[in-house]
Amino acid sequence: MNLDYSQFFAMRMELLVLAVFLIVFLFDTFASDKGRKATTPLAIICFGLATVAGFFCCGDAVTAFNGMYETSPVISTVKCILNIGAFIVLLQAVNWVDSEDGAIRRGEFFELLFVTLFGMYLMISARHFLLFIIGLESASLPLAAMVAFNKNKYESHEAAVKYIFTAVFSSAIFMMGLSFVYALSGGSLYFSDIADMIATQPNSVMLITALSFVIAGFGFKLSLVPFHLWTADTYQGAPTSVTSYLSVISKGSAAFAFLVVLCQVFGSVYSDVWEWMMYALIILTITVGNLFAIRQRNMKRFMAFSSVSQAGYIMLGIIAANVLGMTSMIFYILVYIFSNLGVFGVIQAIENKTGLVSMDDYKGLHKTNPWLSFAMTLAVFSLAGIPPFAGFFSKILIFTSVTEHESTALYVLVLIALINTIISLYYYLLVVKAMWISPDEPVVPSFRSSCIERFALWICTLGIVLLGIISCVYGTIYCVSDQAAANGFFASLL
Amino acid sequence: MNLDMLMYLIPSLIMFACGVFGFITRRNLIAILISLELMLNAVDLNFVIFNRFLFPGELEGMFFTLFSIGIAAAETALAIAIIINIFRAVKNVDVKEITKLKF
Repeated sequence: MNLDYSQFFAMRMELLVLAVFLIVFLFDTFASDKGRKATTPLAIICFGLATVAGFFCCGDAVTAFNGMYETSPVISTVKCILNIGAFIVLLQAVNWVDSEDGAIRRGEFFELLFVTLFGMYLMISARHFLLFIIGLESASLPLAAMVAFNKNKYESHEAAVKYIFTAVFSSAIFMMGLSFVYALSGGSLYFSDIADMIATQPNSVMLITALSFVIAGFGFKLSLVPFHLWTADTYQGAPTSVTSYLSVISKGSAAFAFLVVLCQVFGSVYSDVWEWMMYALIILTITVGNLFAIRQRNMKRFMAFSSVSQAGYIMLGIIAANVLGMTSMIFYILVYIFSNLGVFGVIQAIENKTGLVSMDDYKGLHKTNPWLSFAMTLAVFSLAGIPPFAGFFSKILIFTSVTEHESTALYVLVLIALINTIISLYYYLLVVKAMWISPDEPVVPSFRSSCIERFALWICTLGIVLLGIISCVYGTIYCVSDQAAANGFFASLL
Repeated sequence: MNLDMLMYLIPSLIMFACGVFGFITRRNLIAILISLELMLNAVDLNFVIFNRFLFPGELEGMFFTLFSIGIAAAETALAIAIIINIFRAVKNVDVKEITKLKF
């Protein structure tokens, strides 16, 4: 059998990341001890170039390797968005990576990060469950090594052990579900073949079991309630750069892959089965995430529960399962990347200088560090969904997409999500209150954060302010999603 | 479903259930890892059984099993490395000792 090597050209987004990985890996292996200092700028410049190149790589919809791999404008758009997010994470990580904690294994951090990114791309593009599992695992296993990166800190290891056990547990459950799907599929693991077989059969107990296993597996990855118990511990113990990477990039890619699997494989049992599973999961996720966030004092734990409830909002785009839902989900992920990284940028800047991560330490921050407080306030407002910022627009779009179905149950769902937005406003504003209103003397001394950190925060702030107002971003995403729908993304949906 | 396949499926499902039970009840990190391995192996067994009995002409289940064995090995190696780090820090691999990050 002859392999057509030109097919690899369809994977150019993956190959770009792979090239960056190889360059950094080879440099890190063969450079002298002194020369290794250059790894950080090399990795950032190479990945920055790859990010820019990614925008020019968005081609038409192509399938490769007998349909195992698929790329289309919407998939390339998601990858570009993830690229931007990963680039900001890299910029924010520079200070930590070059500090004593990270400097010994500086290169490894970048290498692991690029490998996980590569895995996420495979996961998004896979149209065959074998490739999908390989992508999923190469996205989640190196992340465990990244969580355990602070070798001298015990918390880092505890977080890593909790992460790896839940990750393996969830993938075992996911693969168990997959084996039942395989039994129903007529001997093929291609998404399209499975979808065809499921559409022709009546709903069996086996199918429903398989589907709930698959949803539980994804639920662990996305930290949906009741599968969220690892989130807070892992987010708190991991190095802050890794926490921000986990909370935006890993979550964003898993959310899109979830949409692909549910719509393309299990589309024909949408209104019978998984719409209601997702319904329950979303209500639980948003509510429990919000209620637990209220009582957190550690900023990283606080952001963990905030990201649990944000994942619930992202899932609203999946339950909508139409063009608008897909568009608003991608837009939500984009806005979420900028706002969450804005918050994490400030947390990291303060942690790097002083080692403080408690919310009580933020009291009176505006007296000593007005610009950091300002950036944090904008990011938190955007997460809470206050009007002029991007978070408001992403929330309103995702609610609109769910109401498009005009079913009473989904109206109730939107109402619950709206009430939860108000609850979330309370705890997000606790941070703002601590920074601006609290009369206590400031704990954090006045300092000037490094040039590159400020640059990353400026990107985030600009994104938060402009994304909602500049409608061409949303318009572009709508265009590519519409094209995907025209190519039959939602075709099997019933 | 023929009886033969059922005879093979039942042990694999029991294995999976044992794995889940062990994962929840064991208090030793290594024992938890063994339970995880049980679950992953039950999945492999399931794929092979379905492939052999339902689709004897196909090979996808077998290939999936091969890859999944490789992935399971990688997971174990990584988990053991992390457990060794934990052991160096607290001189113990008991879950009850690993409670610094809580609430």
